[in-house]
Amino acid sequence: MVQLTLPKNSKITQGKTWPHAPKAGDETEFRVYRWNPDDGGNPSIDTYFVDRGSCGPMVLDALIWIKNNIDPTLTFRRSCREGVCGSCAMNIDGVNTLACTKAMDDIKGAVKIYPLPHQPVVKDLVPDLNNFYAQYASIQPWLKTDTPAPEKEWRQSHDDRAKLDGLYECILCACCSTSCPSYWWNSDRYLGPAALLQANRWVKDSRDERTGERLDDLEDPFRIYRCHTILNCSKACPKGLNPAKEIAELKKAMVERQV
Amino acid sequence: MAELQARPMTGAERQRPLSPHLQIYRLTMTMAMSIIHRITGGALYYGMLLLAWWLIAAAAGPNAYATFEAFIGSVIGRLILFGFTWALIHHALGGIRHLIWDTIHGLEPAERELLALATLVGSIVLTLLLWGVCYLMIGGPR
Repeated sequence: MVQLTLPKNSKITQGKTWPHAPKAGDETEFRVYRWNPDDGGNPSIDTYFVDRGSCGPMVLDALIWIKNNIDPTLTFRRSCREGVCGSCAMNIDGVNTLACTKAMDDIKGAVKIYPLPHQPVVKDLVPDLNNFYAQYASIQPWLKTDTPAPEKEWRQSHDDRAKLDGLYECILCACCSTSCPSYWWNSDRYLGPAALLQANRWVKDSRDERTGERLDDLEDPFRIYRCHTILNCSKACPKGLNPAKEIAELKKAMVERQV
Repeated sequence: MAELQARPMTGAERQRPLSPHLQIYRLTMTMAMSIIHRITGGALYYGMLLLAWWLIAAAAGPNAYATFEAFIGSVIGRLILFGFTWALIHHALGGIRHLIWDTIHGLEPAERELLALATLVGSIVLTLLLWGVCYLMIGGPR
């Protein structure tokens, strides 16, 4: 349902400004969303100053620097630090992206960081993505076949394999889905760009034999047709994929099989 | 397909705040055009009332038509008509843009920004052009 404002317990308050690090040279200001379930208060924005001389170039470097040098309670997810795992997806400077591949120097002024939009917050920058993962599971992301399995692997031509380019690279970081206003208002029923891109990945796979069934499952006023081509998803994708285009292809496939 | 089952929430989950969304997301061109498409779509309902009034007044006779003419000829009437013209053209161009996207064209990064911008610029230019031509045809504002 469309609710433009935040619920009462989610309104953001003024937080703490943390002291500068001793002997800091060139500094970058960070304003970071904080919420601690144990405090019982509302979320707040804390201000930190990151010493660029002793910190790497990426936003994730700065978050780790803050955790190591200023505030060990700052909570966020991270793992690979090179744009492969998708753990450090968050809203940086108003756009969803991966903290590990976003350079601080690309941002003008103070760096503002929030968790992925319109998600329940577990703590600080860690959102609860259970619904997102359940939606991914709901598109049944595995090869489904009726013919008996071959003795070795399922074969695929180079051309058919190339059809999966732009699809298999998705790391399920949730940047796209949580950038989508339609997903904000209807994530209980709309699958969102990430799950739909994955759905098209299996629809387009030459080895999969349940294409019709997959399209049947999606053909629903909400599951796919809540996509109104706002295109925030494609703009946000840190892997340069185009979820909006994949959704358009699914919609087209649904129409084409009827004519 | 298995429907998504909502798990019973624990107390800790119920307390969780919702992360900010519209408040913090940087407005994109395509997002702005989507919002305007919706607003103009809504406005067209009211514009249709105006159109209906015009037709009914024309059918009802000279007195009713004079009332309509007085309203639509006033500054406020003209402003509303101008807004209606723009909303109609913007919504129509938006529809064409969506039609193009539905055929899986113009979805690459530069193309989609250009199409969104073209909707806005096109609607303003076409509205001004339409009004200019109409005024020329009746010999200037009266």
